[in-house]
Amino acid sequence: MRRPGAALGLVGVWLLAAAAQAQPLQPITQPAMAPTTPPGIGLGLPLPQAQIDRFSITIFPDGRNLPTGQGSVAQGARLYQAQCAACHGDTGIEGPAARLAGSDGFFGWSDPLRVLRIRKYPLLVLSVGARWPYATTLFDYVRRAMPHPAPKSLSDDEVYALTAHLLHLNGLVPSTAVMNREALVRVTMPGLARTVSAWPPTAQ
Amino acid sequence: MTFKPGRKGLPTHRRAFLGGGLAMGMAALGGDATAAAPASPPLAARMPDSMKTLGGADLAYGQPSVHEQAVQRLAHPSTAQTAGFAIWRTPLQHQRGIITPSGLHFSVHHNGLPDIAPDRHALMVHGLVKRPLRFDLERLLRYPMVSRIHFLECAGNSATNALSPTAMNQTLGDLAGEVSCAEWTGVPLSYLLNEAGLKEGATWVVAEGADGGSHARSLPLSALLKDGFVALYQNGERLRPSQGYPMRLFMPGWEGNVNVKWLHRLEVTDQPAYTKDESGLYAQVLDNGQIERFAFHMDVKSVITHPSGLQTLPEARGFYEIGGLAWSGHGRIAKVEVSVDGGKSWALAQLHAPVLDRAFTRFTVPWQWDGKKATLMSRATDEQGRSQPARSEWKRKYAMQSFHHYNAVQAWRVGTDGRVENVYA
Repeated sequence: MRRPGAALGLVGVWLLAAAAQAQPLQPITQPAMAPTTPPGIGLGLPLPQAQIDRFSITIFPDGRNLPTGQGSVAQGARLYQAQCAACHGDTGIEGPAARLAGSDGFFGWSDPLRVLRIRKYPLLVLSVGARWPYATTLFDYVRRAMPHPAPKSLSDDEVYALTAHLLHLNGLVPSTAVMNREALVRVTMPGLARTVSAWPPTAQ
Repeated sequence: MTFKPGRKGLPTHRRAFLGGGLAMGMAALGGDATAAAPASPPLAARMPDSMKTLGGADLAYGQPSVHEQAVQRLAHPSTAQTAGFAIWRTPLQHQRGIITPSGLHFSVHHNGLPDIAPDRHALMVHGLVKRPLRFDLERLLRYPMVSRIHFLECAGNSATNALSPTAMNQTLGDLAGEVSCAEWTGVPLSYLLNEAGLKEGATWVVAEGADGGSHARSLPLSALLKDGFVALYQNGERLRPSQGYPMRLFMPGWEGNVNVKWLHRLEVTDQPAYTKDESGLYAQVLDNGQIERFAFHMDVKSVITHPSGLQTLPEARGFYEIGGLAWSGHGRIAKVEVSVDGGKSWALAQLHAPVLDRAFTRFTVPWQWDGKKATLMSRATDEQGRSQPARSEWKRKYAMQSFHHYNAVQAWRVGTDGRVENVYA
């Protein structure tokens, strides 16, 4: 990197005043966050267990919080056509919504128009089968957010069935598979072995 | 160059008044005292319309001038199937100053915009805590609040420049408008988490929104305790719906996606949940095929806003002020260097106060344009010594299809006709 002050080396372009004016400014400090609760607030109200149970929908990679119920690949395939195919395509790779199967994003490497498609839909370059490290996330996300226009409208059995179908589309479970809370945590996703974490950050 | 913010900042009517007063004074000095008074036409005869009519009424909630209606957020086109996924970019090419007006603040929605009644909304804190708590909005508003000026940037900002093999000829807002800066006021998360009482083993928090898709992200507890807050106000007024009304999580300097809007639940845990976005879209494939997760910080970055893409310099030579914005998710901006010759030589830009931690910093450099083709670039360095890479250097770190956390040097080509376009340099 060139050293600052190289302005003088520019031929006939810069006003000489530029370098003279460029002085470091005195930094202004924003006050730090207060580390502890100031005494005597305590305005939070007790949160009853029933409220926790009602809203606590997060599923963890170890299967924690998975509900009872089950669904098969075959059941999932039928549901998929009715509930998902309009946006994700018949086999989960056609889009326009996010790609659900395959090794690359929504745009295949062999697609001759790949570059143009990426330009048009850069945010849709992602895949479930290749990237997601845990199968539990499939259940979690389909249950909380899908189908997009009617989120949270599927039963737990239906979500298990769709999860089974999506795993089968990715070749991760056989066509006879049934998913429930024991089976789901046993599925190994290819994205796990490729995962590295940027947290905690290493010093520059 | 002399900078006179006081004069330049005067509202039009005030400036017109001063000008008018000066004109009257001149007339009085130069006038012939003996001339017959009736021959003089009324002042209105030589004044513009605005000075000889009574002005119109003001508005209960002020709006930009009708002459500035071209300054709008820029919508990313979506289809029927992706309608809930919307990107609205800040027109940075019109922003001079570090605060983005609230109506122009960028937003990215994954599940549309929920309509939330504030009296029915509460923040729940549960999981590995001794006392699960709920904070009604009314109660939250009674806590001590902090005010901080911070930028907010989508992880995918500048995706076009990251992905497109040839530089797309677009405006700065289209290319890099998924970043804005505002004053955010709210309650430090440490107050609320400590009030609930953290249990042994608590290391992560899953933050969730009350939107249709229940957007969720896992965040390290230590960072939330140090820097996180529940933002209730933006630029002095309550949050806009598109920023998470009535409350959002705010993590200074971290990718936009973790700043959960419409925040309603914090689940304290001992591990990340690997939610949809940390599993897929917001994970980044590296050059070696590894998938990098939890890269929260937005890196040091800068853009020249004036002149920028699709603008045209009105005269093909002469004085122009090059101006822009710089920011870093790691701290303050230490310096910004500007080049007009495609990076062969660099000059230090003037940084304009205030230079704040993890906030936009405005920079300027005076430029005498000789009318020849020029390539303008800015390169920011933060107080930790992090600096912006060249585009080729950035691309080498990631797989071809990766586009998040793009912070390479932005270059603008100024043609001999004064037209400005996006280039890779």
